[in-house]
Amino acid sequence: MNRTPVLTGVIAALTLLLTAPGQAQIAVRGKKIYTSSGVVLTDGVVVLREGKIAEIGSANKVVIPAGFTIVDAAVVTPGLVDIRGTVGLTGIYNNFGHDQDQLETSAAMQPELRALDAYNPQEKLVAYVRGFGVTTVNTGHAPGRLISGQSVIVKTTGNTVEEALMVETGAVLADMSSEALQGSGSPGTRAKVMSLLRQQFLAAQRTIATSEAEAKKVTVKAPGKTTTTSKPAATTTKTNMTATNTPASKTGDGAPRDLRQEMFVRILKREIPLMITAHRAQDIASALRLAREFRFRLILDGASDAPLLLEEIKAAGVPIALHPTMQRAFGDTQNLSFETAAKLKKAGIPFAIETGFEAYVPKVRVLLFEAAVAAANGLSTEEALSAITIDAARILGIEKRVGSLEVGKDGDVALYDGDPFEYLTHCTGTIIQGRFVSSDRN
Amino acid sequence: MARNRGQAGSLSPSDEPFRVKFSLLLFSLFLLASGANAQTNGGTIAFVGGRILPVSRPPIEKGTLLVKDGKIIAVGDSSLTIPADATIIRSEGKTIMPGLVDTHSHIAGPAGGDSSAPIQPDIRVYDSLNMRESSVKKALAGGITTANIMPGSGHLMSGQTVYIKLRGGKTIEDYFIRDSAGNPSGGMKMANGTNSIGSPPFPGTRGKSVALIREQFIRAQEYRKKVRDARGDASKLPPRDLGMEALVEVLDGKRIVQHHTHRADDIMSVLRLQKEFGFKVVLHHVSEGWKVAEEIARAKVPCSIILIDAPGGKLEAVDLSFKTGAVLEKAGVPVAYHTDDGITDSRLFLRSAALGVRAGLSREAALQSVTLAGAKMLGLDSRLGSLETGKDADFIVLSGDPLSVYTHILQTYIEGRKVFDRDDARDALFAVGGVGAGEELRPYLCCADEEAAKR
Repeated sequence: MNRTPVLTGVIAALTLLLTAPGQAQIAVRGKKIYTSSGVVLTDGVVVLREGKIAEIGSANKVVIPAGFTIVDAAVVTPGLVDIRGTVGLTGIYNNFGHDQDQLETSAAMQPELRALDAYNPQEKLVAYVRGFGVTTVNTGHAPGRLISGQSVIVKTTGNTVEEALMVETGAVLADMSSEALQGSGSPGTRAKVMSLLRQQFLAAQRTIATSEAEAKKVTVKAPGKTTTTSKPAATTTKTNMTATNTPASKTGDGAPRDLRQEMFVRILKREIPLMITAHRAQDIASALRLAREFRFRLILDGASDAPLLLEEIKAAGVPIALHPTMQRAFGDTQNLSFETAAKLKKAGIPFAIETGFEAYVPKVRVLLFEAAVAAANGLSTEEALSAITIDAARILGIEKRVGSLEVGKDGDVALYDGDPFEYLTHCTGTIIQGRFVSSDRN
Repeated sequence: MARNRGQAGSLSPSDEPFRVKFSLLLFSLFLLASGANAQTNGGTIAFVGGRILPVSRPPIEKGTLLVKDGKIIAVGDSSLTIPADATIIRSEGKTIMPGLVDTHSHIAGPAGGDSSAPIQPDIRVYDSLNMRESSVKKALAGGITTANIMPGSGHLMSGQTVYIKLRGGKTIEDYFIRDSAGNPSGGMKMANGTNSIGSPPFPGTRGKSVALIREQFIRAQEYRKKVRDARGDASKLPPRDLGMEALVEVLDGKRIVQHHTHRADDIMSVLRLQKEFGFKVVLHHVSEGWKVAEEIARAKVPCSIILIDAPGGKLEAVDLSFKTGAVLEKAGVPVAYHTDDGITDSRLFLRSAALGVRAGLSREAALQSVTLAGAKMLGLDSRLGSLETGKDADFIVLSGDPLSVYTHILQTYIEGRKVFDRDDARDALFAVGGVGAGEELRPYLCCADEEAAKR
């Protein structure tokens, strides 16, 4: 294997890096660098300084600053972004009460549950996916209840969720599939599902109306002061831990806070998306109908039957967190296809491939592997990589920080010893914010 | 390839009038176009120019494969003489290898032991199969030509397995691989560890699990003695006991134990029982096989591995590793992979072998692991598993290297008949999925339900 010298170089470099305290300054040299920003570099360099990408370009143009550690790889990609999974809530042991926090079954709708409060950054499966290049995950409660909770967007590193945190609430997670019709307290029919959601949104609309009326009163009482409580800070400072503690539904008259209602208000205000799991065409259509009616930011999740509704989804401008390519096909997912990603791409529908959630095993899917099978079934290498990097970041609204190798973005990088999608290729390193977080040859 | 289609027949059962008419139409076109007609019934077919991976010997570039009457009559390089009357199928740029042997599958909806007792050797899984399930067609799309259909786990002994060829047909009988006496061949499914532990009458501990099995095999030894002592005298024969009859076959080495086991100590328990009772056994799943590779090698017991994309799912599988195949190979243990379909997807069976290579398994062992090694574990290697003269003409045509993600299986042949063709839209549907390719019902997911019930 002619890759051995490169590998030895990597290992030597890693040994240095892992023993060096503080943030290392790294220059990653790649025979091929997929930037996910429309450029593929041959013999390129990515310079990481203080956790950010300081420079990227051709090896004969970029001057590697003195003292920087040089790491070589056959192929370099941005750190991978998983648009929707359950890792960190779901654990390796499958032990209920210990490491299976992915689904609270006590009620049908609990948008107040925060994945933030359930994510275990020490979970072995987090380290596992990190070893396969995943640096950012939008993780949260699994489908199985009408509204199972809020997702959290984290980097796959850190001792505490606070250290890992990118976005406190990535999305509110809803499930309109057959699964959500089962279990005590769940609605019994699809029509009831829609009715319950409509009632929630109507109530939220009333709350907003009351809040705005209150705001006007305040404005009338104090002319000249136009900045009022009607616009919470949550929209802009997503990474601020206190953001969602600002009561979006606060009416100013001392009305008791309602955590559930607050989430629906925030969805209606388009501050956070509602990610709806729907596989069957009729469920996808229902989700589109609901989004049309209440004008919230919809992300379709799963979407096995998407190829049956390409025009409708395109017209609605709704992006898709697409089921893992290798997900099992039965029940609601019986029509899923290896070629769906390619069909969405052709139709011009924004999508990203997710690891999702399934019963039993694997306890987590490997994002790279799922994209690989899509790449073998109609997506180009660049398209498949985009579906697990920049496209996921854009749909989640975090593209200014992650998802591509561009100057100023987080120094999140994945290294490989060959075509990232080939079965025989290894992920040889994962870097998050300029630090090696995996140096195994996976 | 089209000119061979009429002869090749279709994947679907022949009770589909449209398909039959369509085939006849193509067949007529073929006659008109080629002018050849002698080859269509029993004639020789020559696959010429492709890269042939016989598995039993090194690859042959620009090889020739000759098939007649469902058998391989010759495999060689371009110097091989092609009979003048042979139908020639050009295979340049393609790769041809033996049909895949899946040593552990749950396609066609098997339902064996019914949880009424932990040991049910009388159960025959073939009495439960629905060969019209899409899982069967997907397996063909994955190049699987022979499969060991297992009853589910959750029992110490959940019944007799069945070895089938995915020939197509109307009933399970059309799929059997019959032994020399004309009986359907199959193994005996056993399991240990947490999988078969439960509330009474199921064992509550590992010690009890082994005690129950030992008791059963001792009874079988006694039953066998009574039968032998009767020397054919009907009046002296014990009353027929279907379970005991099957276990005697196990004791006599005629029925191989196909044993689910994950943890290193559970693997050792199987080896201990094997030593005591002398049955033939294949260790299945072996998530911790890498921890006791030397011991497995010393016992001369082969392993059929499950490769899951991530470890865990239960305590026993937390140390599951892609490297198991490589470690076992190094220790000298014969290695196969299995799909455990629906745990992994039959269409991606080759992927398991490839990920084994990713973790250090040799390419040769990888190719054997899904063909010849599996055939040996089912006791069928004299008939199938490699491309050798005299063996069944079970093979697949691939677009490239079997260990590449980008390679597609183009055709699957069983006993010389084409049973899957990616160029046929109706077959391609099962290869990639889509409307009509899935199932309403959840597939068998091994221990998921048992584990859920224990929560």
